[in-house]
Amino acid sequence: MKIVVCVSHVPDTATKIVVGSDNKTIDANGVTYVLNPYDEIAVEEALKTKEAQGGDVVVVSVGPDNNKESIRKALAMGADSGVLLKDDNYRDSVGVAKALAEEIKAQDAQIVFFGKQSVDYDNSIVGQLTAEMLGYNCVSVAVDLKLDGEKITAEREIEGGREVIETSLPAVITCQKGLNEPRYAALKGIMAAKRKTIEEKDAAVSENSVEILEMKKPAPKEPGKIVGTDSSAVPELVRLLKEEAKVI
Amino acid sequence: MQKFKGIDYFNLESLLTEDEKMVRNSVREFVDSEIIPIIEDHYMQGTFPHELVKKLAELGVFGITLPQKYGCAEMNNVAYGLVMQELERGDSGVRSFASVQSALVMYPIFTFGNDEQKDYWLPKLASGEKIGCFGLTEPDYGSNPGGMVTQAEKVDGGYKLNGAKMWITNGTISDVAVVWAKLDGVVHGFLVEKEFDGFTAPEMKGKHSLRASITSELILQDVFVPEKNLLPNTNNLRSPLMCLNQARYGIAWGVVGSMMECYSTALSYAQSRIQFSKPIAAYQLTQNKLVYMLTEITKAQFLNLQLAKLKDKEEVKHTHISLAKRNNCEIALDIARVAREILGANGILSEYPIMRHSANLESVKTYEGTHEMHTLILGADITGFEAFE
Repeated sequence: MKIVVCVSHVPDTATKIVVGSDNKTIDANGVTYVLNPYDEIAVEEALKTKEAQGGDVVVVSVGPDNNKESIRKALAMGADSGVLLKDDNYRDSVGVAKALAEEIKAQDAQIVFFGKQSVDYDNSIVGQLTAEMLGYNCVSVAVDLKLDGEKITAEREIEGGREVIETSLPAVITCQKGLNEPRYAALKGIMAAKRKTIEEKDAAVSENSVEILEMKKPAPKEPGKIVGTDSSAVPELVRLLKEEAKVI
Repeated sequence: MQKFKGIDYFNLESLLTEDEKMVRNSVREFVDSEIIPIIEDHYMQGTFPHELVKKLAELGVFGITLPQKYGCAEMNNVAYGLVMQELERGDSGVRSFASVQSALVMYPIFTFGNDEQKDYWLPKLASGEKIGCFGLTEPDYGSNPGGMVTQAEKVDGGYKLNGAKMWITNGTISDVAVVWAKLDGVVHGFLVEKEFDGFTAPEMKGKHSLRASITSELILQDVFVPEKNLLPNTNNLRSPLMCLNQARYGIAWGVVGSMMECYSTALSYAQSRIQFSKPIAAYQLTQNKLVYMLTEITKAQFLNLQLAKLKDKEEVKHTHISLAKRNNCEIALDIARVAREILGANGILSEYPIMRHSANLESVKTYEGTHEMHTLILGADITGFEAFE
């Protein structure tokens, strides 16, 4: 079975983000980029699927040359080969999905894994868009997955609980924390990844339908207010929580 | 779980290859999630974290530079050093475990063993299925291993070993000990297996240092070692010293991990601890301490990287390794102590890693050649006069 896992290359969550001088991009200076954490879960699920069913895991990413670092990491974890769909410019979610859908069709993959979102733009939509474009079934925010022949039984995280659903291949699965524990890229895997190929081609042309007008940091938090230091302050505190903060 | 970002003031990152960075990052993540959350408890209780052995093996940190056909990663010495650095950021005891398995057990089997020994032991040691130790030091022969009294005597079908070894990391939990003994006055290496009659490895208790690591005695009483367990290419003291060189190289890198951990703990503490209405980081005395630490870390990083390049080109001398081991251990211990000062009384608590590193480094400064012996090795090299014999 051909298994595709789609990955993005995102700023490390431990990195301090600075908005660039154009106010539309982040300043990439000194920013470390990593394989999107949710995509690590997707890679792990793809590898587990391969281990259980056999097949080939192909890692696909859309973006500039640097994305190869994240593809390489997925290869080091155990994926078989990579494809970089090159585009040096900003591309909206629809554009990313279009490029991925075209490649997945060419690969004739029966099951496609995504992270439930990328921690850069946080749109949480590319997996679903890709499924729609391919006409594949889609399970989003999966926290449990069982594959039995063509049949898929999955659990999704929903508000206040879990939803159990059944569907069938071909399908797109977007992965949530808890689905598995991603493996570390082992030293042998890192060495083996050097011999694996990353095919490069231009990403399918797409016109952006979303334009980024401005990026800004959240306003700094207002300093807290000390109402008093003993029990006499309680009535005033309760009043403020009720009337000003409106939390009780 | 806090993610460690590394200390890299001079962008040495730019001198690393993509693989080297990936190895470093992978081990760094492993240390953050698998070692740091459990190590204080093990340290306080004086227990070895057995649960890490399989995981470390899966990560591939045993015998990093050895050939892939034995199940090893076959990486260069930069990667080897970076792995040791990251592991020791977790704990010197865990790094010691990996050092012994790699540099003092797998390396001598690979270097001095025959094909049968290599094919049998190396894959098992790489996968963590077997654990090894290295028996050179004796109760009365520490800095002067050439004086060892452990004897091998030729008998029918093999050798009979008698003697005692001390300060042996991993001894009690080892499946195989690389034991050095004199046969007709010449030092040879023997693979002594745990089930051999007359061989015991009691644990040494009462340590204030390396508490999450096992230290043992090895006692050999008329132990019969079959001919096939002699390491055939060992024939003088140079052989065990070659092993120590490998281990010392790992230590020179490892202790930089301790330095980084102590420095980053002290820095973030100093930035948030308020005294006399401002963070203590705002005081000149504290800044002086932090700048000292960062400067020394940066110097040690440069030293290590060039040491690795020399080792990869096979141009490294044992005196280069002595210099790096000597300097980095001393500085690491100094940094741990200065970090403890910055943390004040909090510095002694197990809530912070400082005191554990500090106590560990007392051992690390002493084992694999004491600070003093490395001074004399370097002294002899530059003056032409040996001051220790």
